[in-house]
Amino acid sequence: MAQADAQMPDTALEPILRVEHLTMRFGGLVAVNELSFEVARGQITALIGPNGAGKTTVFNCITGFYKPTSGRIAMFAGTPQTDAAIDALTNSPNTHAHTANGGVYLLERMADSEISSKAKVARTFQNIRLFTGMTVLENLIVAQHNWLNLASGYSVLGLVGAPSFRKAERQAIDLAVAWLDRIGLTDRADDPAGALPYGDQRRLEIARAMCTGPELLCLDEPAAGLNPRESSELNKLLMSIRDGNGTSLLLIEHDMSVVMEISDHIVVLEYGTKISDGTPDFIKNDPKVIAAYLGVEDEEFDDAEAELEK
Amino acid sequence: MQTPAPPEPIEISETTTDWLGALRDAGFLALFTLGLSFPILAFRTRQDLTQGLVLDPRWELVATVVSIAFFARLGWLIFGGQLSQATSSAFSAAAKTLSPLKAHVTTFRYIGLTWLIAYPFLAVLIAGPGGALKWIDNFGIQILIYIMLGWGLNIVVGLAGLLDLGYVAFYAVGAYSTALLSTHLGFSFWMCLPLAGIFAAFWGILLGFPVLRLRGDYLAIVTLAFGEIIRLVLINWVELTNGAAGISGIPRPTFFGLPFNASDEGFAAFFGLEFTPLHRLFFLFYLILALALLTNWVTIRLRRLPIGRAWEALREDEIACRSLGIDTVKTKLTAFSIGAMFGGFAGAFFAARLGFISPKSFEFMESAVILSIVVLGGMGSQVGVAIAAVAMIGGTELLRELGFLKQVFGDSFDPTQYRMLLFGMAMVAMMVLRPRGLISNREPTVILHEKRAIGGDMVKEGHG
Repeated sequence: MAQADAQMPDTALEPILRVEHLTMRFGGLVAVNELSFEVARGQITALIGPNGAGKTTVFNCITGFYKPTSGRIAMFAGTPQTDAAIDALTNSPNTHAHTANGGVYLLERMADSEISSKAKVARTFQNIRLFTGMTVLENLIVAQHNWLNLASGYSVLGLVGAPSFRKAERQAIDLAVAWLDRIGLTDRADDPAGALPYGDQRRLEIARAMCTGPELLCLDEPAAGLNPRESSELNKLLMSIRDGNGTSLLLIEHDMSVVMEISDHIVVLEYGTKISDGTPDFIKNDPKVIAAYLGVEDEEFDDAEAELEK
Repeated sequence: MQTPAPPEPIEISETTTDWLGALRDAGFLALFTLGLSFPILAFRTRQDLTQGLVLDPRWELVATVVSIAFFARLGWLIFGGQLSQATSSAFSAAAKTLSPLKAHVTTFRYIGLTWLIAYPFLAVLIAGPGGALKWIDNFGIQILIYIMLGWGLNIVVGLAGLLDLGYVAFYAVGAYSTALLSTHLGFSFWMCLPLAGIFAAFWGILLGFPVLRLRGDYLAIVTLAFGEIIRLVLINWVELTNGAAGISGIPRPTFFGLPFNASDEGFAAFFGLEFTPLHRLFFLFYLILALALLTNWVTIRLRRLPIGRAWEALREDEIACRSLGIDTVKTKLTAFSIGAMFGGFAGAFFAARLGFISPKSFEFMESAVILSIVVLGGMGSQVGVAIAAVAMIGGTELLRELGFLKQVFGDSFDPTQYRMLLFGMAMVAMMVLRPRGLISNREPTVILHEKRAIGGDMVKEGHG
C-alpha cells in the first residue's frame, strides 16, 4: 500500500471526497479491504478493476446504501478543510459539521437520502433505475423534490396554488428542460421514460442525478451497453458536466475507451484492495495493472513478474 | 388419453375447423369436469330419522354440468376465434368513434357533476317520495361512501403503491371517535368530523412508523393484522366501546344547528316546509357528495404537487427515490396518514348517518371490498375507482331488486346470497380481461408540449 500511496498524483489538488481505510465485510467475505483514495475536486476519477473487485460495493458505501464495516468517508463542501476539523467531527457524534468556509460530511454515518440531499452526492445505477411509468420530464422534476417540496410549503401553499410555488415549479421545469436540451431528449419530454431506447435512458438517468444539484456525481458503469457512437456522446456529456457545471465525477467503468479518454485520475481495485492509483498514462503502463486487470501474454506476464520482484 | 398424434399435413383452408380435434378437446374437458364434479355435486348428504347419513344421488345435475362443459368448450373452439375477433374489432371501432369525445372531457365532468347534484331530485320525481328513499339511501349515499373510501385508499395503494389490507381500521377510528365524542362529551357532528380525520391520521402515523420499513407482502400482512387488532379492541374494551353491542344514540348531523325533525325548531319548520324524512336524506346525500368531492379534489391537487410525484416515484422505484434524496419514510407516512384521514372522515359520516355503530361494520370483508374497488378501478385512476364502486356496490344493491328471478329458480332462490360468488367471478373476469383494472392509463402530472397518456404496461404497481 505504501508504494501506491507514494504514487498519488499531484498532491496540490484539492480533494472533495476522502476515503480512508474503508472495509466492508459480508459475513466472512471481505469485499473491500482497507481501501484509501481521494477524489479531487473538479476532476473525473475512475474506479476500475476486474469483475468482483468490489467497485460497486465501494459505491454503495459512499452513497449510503451499505454501512461500511469500518473506515471513514469524508465529503468536503466549500474550500479545503483542515484535518483538525475532520478529526473533530469524527470524535463528535454528529454526521456533519459546518465550518466557516464550507463543511465536512461523514458519509458512513449518514442515511442514503441524506447523502444526496445534504452532502450533495448523487449517483446512477448499474442497472438503470428510472421511473419508467413517469414521463421523461416528470423524472427530472422528481429529482428536484426536496427544494420544490419546501417551495410548496410542504404541500400547503401548493394546494391553494400560491404564486410563489408556481414560480418555483416553473424554475424546476426550466432546469429540467435545460438538461433535456443537453442530452437531446427535449422532443421526448412527454413520453414515458420506459419507452426510451437504452442509450437515452442512460443519459436521462445522468441528467436526473444532475437535477439534484450534486457536488459529486457517482456513475456506476455509465457506458455499459452503449454503442461506440453513444459512448463518445457520453464522453462529451461527462466532460461538459465536469467543465461546465464544476461537478466532480467518480465513475466505475469497464469500457477503456471511456476511462482512458476522459479520466483525470484512475484508481484500480483487485480483490477489494487498491493495486494502483494515478493518471491514465501511469495506469496504462503500470505492470501490476496490466498483469492483474487487462490480461497479458505469457512472456509479458513473466516480464511483469520480474518487474514486481524488483 | 392417448398422446396426441403429431399434426398431419392436412390440406384445408384456414376457415375450416379441426372438428375431430375440437371434439377430442371438449370430450377431455367433459371427462375432467365429471371427475371434478363427482365428489362435489353427485351426492347430497342428509340425515334420516335414525341420524344416519343418507346419500341422495343427483346424476341429472352432474350430467347437466358435464354437458354444459362439453358444449361450451366445443362452441368456443368452433366459434370462439370469430367471436373474440368480432369483440376486439367492435372494441377498437368503439374506441375510434369515442376518441373525438376526449376533447370534451371538461364538458363530461360538468354533465356528471350536474347529474350527481340533480340525482336526489330525479329520484323523487321518478320514484315518488316513498320510493326515492331507497334510491337515495341504498344507492346514492351507500355508493358515495365507498367511492370516498376507494379514493382515500387509492392514495395509499394506487399512488404510493403501499398494499394496505387494513384500511377499514381508519374507517373504524373515525366512526368510533365520532360516536364517543358525541355521546360522552356532547360534541356536535361538525366538531367531530375534523377530529375524526385528525385521529385517523394520527393512527395512520402511529401504525406507519414501525410498519413502513416492510415491503410488499409483509406490509400487507401487518396492515391486515392492524385492522383485526382495532376490531378486537373495539369488541373487548367493553367499558369504552360497549363491546359487540355497539354504540347507539349518536346524534344526527344538523343543518347549521337545525335538526331534521318535526319539531318547531327543526329544519322543515324553519324553512316553512312540510316535514318529511327526505330532508335528512337529501342533506346526507349532499354531505357525503361534498366529502367525496373534497377527497377527489385534494387527491388530484396533491398528485400534481411534489409530494404526489414523490408518491408515484416511490411506487415506481424506492431505491432510485433514496438516491435522489427523497426521505422515503416521511413520504410513505404522508401517504398513509392522508389516506387514513379520508377514511376517518368517511367513518364520522357513517356513524352520524346511522346513529348506531358496532364492530360488525368494520370487519376484514370491508377492507377487502374497498381494496378490490381500487384494484378493479385501476390503481391510481380516480374515474376508474368511481366506476368500480358504482358497479360493485350498486351491483350488489341491485341483486335485491331481482325478486322476479324467484319465478325462474323457485321460491327458495335469494339473489343476494350469490353476492360474493358474483364478486369473485367479476374479479376473475377482470384479471383475465383487464389485469390492470378498468382504467390503467396514467395521466402525466406535468406537461411540456402535449399530453400523452401513459399505457398501463409501463406503470409499475408497487410492492410496498
